Amino acid sequence: MGGTTDMMLPVPLSHYLAVSAILLVMGIFGIFLNRKNVIIILMSIELILLAVNLNLVAFSAALGDLAGQVLTMFVLTVAAAEAAIGLAILVIYFRNRGSIEVEDVTLMKG
Amino acid sequence: MNWQLALPEIFLSCSAMAILMYGVFARPERSFVMSSMLAVGALLLTAMLVLSGTPGAGYNGLFTVDAYSHFAKLLILVAVGLGVVMSLDYAEHANMQRFEFPVLMLLAAVGMMLMVSATSLMTLYLGLELMSLSIYVLAAFARDERRSAEAGLKYFVLGALASGLLLYGVSLVYGFSGSMSFAEIGRAMADPKTASPGLTVGIVFIVAGLSFKVSAVPFHMWTPDVYEGAPTPVTAFMGTAPKVAAIVLLVRLLSDPFGALLGQWQQLIVLVSLASMILGALAAIGQRNIKRLMAYSSIGHMGYALIGLAAGTGAGVRGVLIYMLTYVFMNAGTFACIIAMRRQGRNVEGVSDLSGLGRTDPAMALAIAIFMFSMAGIPPFSGFWGKYFIFTAAVQQGMWLLAVVGVLSSVIGAFYYIRIIKVMYFDEPAPAFDPRPASLSFVVGASGLFTTFFFLFPAPVVAAAEAAAKVLFR
Repeated sequence: MGGTTDMMLPVPLSHYLAVSAILLVMGIFGIFLNRKNVIIILMSIELILLAVNLNLVAFSAALGDLAGQVLTMFVLTVAAAEAAIGLAILVIYFRNRGSIEVEDVTLMKG
Repeated sequence: MNWQLALPEIFLSCSAMAILMYGVFARPERSFVMSSMLAVGALLLTAMLVLSGTPGAGYNGLFTVDAYSHFAKLLILVAVGLGVVMSLDYAEHANMQRFEFPVLMLLAAVGMMLMVSATSLMTLYLGLELMSLSIYVLAAFARDERRSAEAGLKYFVLGALASGLLLYGVSLVYGFSGSMSFAEIGRAMADPKTASPGLTVGIVFIVAGLSFKVSAVPFHMWTPDVYEGAPTPVTAFMGTAPKVAAIVLLVRLLSDPFGALLGQWQQLIVLVSLASMILGALAAIGQRNIKRLMAYSSIGHMGYALIGLAAGTGAGVRGVLIYMLTYVFMNAGTFACIIAMRRQGRNVEGVSDLSGLGRTDPAMALAIAIFMFSMAGIPPFSGFWGKYFIFTAAVQQGMWLLAVVGVLSSVIGAFYYIRIIKVMYFDEPAPAFDPRPASLSFVVGASGLFTTFFFLFPAPVVAAAEAAAKVLFR
């Protein structure tokens, strides 16, 4: 991709993509394997968004196109809003149940 | 840069903020009803602005107004308007009369309008997030109720995961096609043979993220729990407008920039559609809670709508649009009836609570019967025509498997719809419900009239859907 790769990226693009894919998988496993605490789920979501940001920035540099970095800024902003809303929902959940253990989130089933 | 193209969106977001300011300074006991009224007015004015808007592309290709987005926007505005009217009475009884409620609905509407007009991955993502973030809050809005808080938490966690997957797909498509704009992406993959496999992986991630928003199998797990736990007007809202926006966006994305890769995404959509229809038909049979039953019913309906997308033709897209139109009215009407199920000021949600409704409240029983017949796809109700256009599009493309499974699963689905009618008319009467408020009667009446008499005047709707589909398939 792109002729500027050698100058701007001493590390090849594929390495960035590999790290980002690993972060994504870690985030997804963090959501599904974690049985303890809802806060850890929020952290895993954050990890997924950061993996995407890494991807976007690496592509943006390799392509020599700024759109990817602009989207990264938007993603950071949305991630902040999402964390705020997630924590707010968690607070009302805690007020109602007195616990934020993942295994307790089972009022509705079927 | 042509900002007038986005005038309806700009107007709606400014009105949402103005209503927010009004709510802050008004006296608290009146602010909820007043801000809901203002919200309905803002939606009406926005619909007029949409109608008077001229087609064109603006903002350097980020945003497009065409017949396709017109159709979807009007449908979304109607669905959101019905949602606001339905919440008027419920909020009073459920102690959630806070003026933020209609404001959040308006902001979600802005997000949905952005989604259906998006012609760039960036606009797509921001519209989707504006919609999702508003609805996370709405789902948890009855904050003293345990089920609502749990529904909000579940919806938030799974929704954020879906957005993350979608965004990962967006980054891959951007990287391997070199651009965010739909037109550029379309050019980059004009020849399917040279298209990079990274693009296919990206498309799969994006389809997964959007399948979550339309609650198609295998991304449906959240639907029953969130439908059951969220306050009923919010469930009604989630079941209509966001589904329209997400499916319209999915159709535009797959047939416009990814149209050349039809052979690759078609199998994916066929599988998702088959699984959704079958699960929607089978899993709803055992449900005793009517909101859960409606959740599985909506999963099945999304399966039918996706048949039209899988066909990959203009006739299929026309079918999807007509299907979503009939679906919005059936769903809004049914949920208005569910909100009206209240005894001594307490809401009840069991299917058995409808026992003998045919004798205690014949008008409401008739309305529910119409909606159930329509959802089962029995002519002459509107639901039949939606299915008719979808199935003919599939048959024209020789997709017999989809059409046959669709017809079979709607026969199975008819069992649980008609069981509700049997409970209403042939079971021993349960105590009568509280008197219905006028706002709910209005929603039930309007949706019921549309559903019943759609077959008399389908021409303008079909013509509008046809013109919309022509935008994608010239």
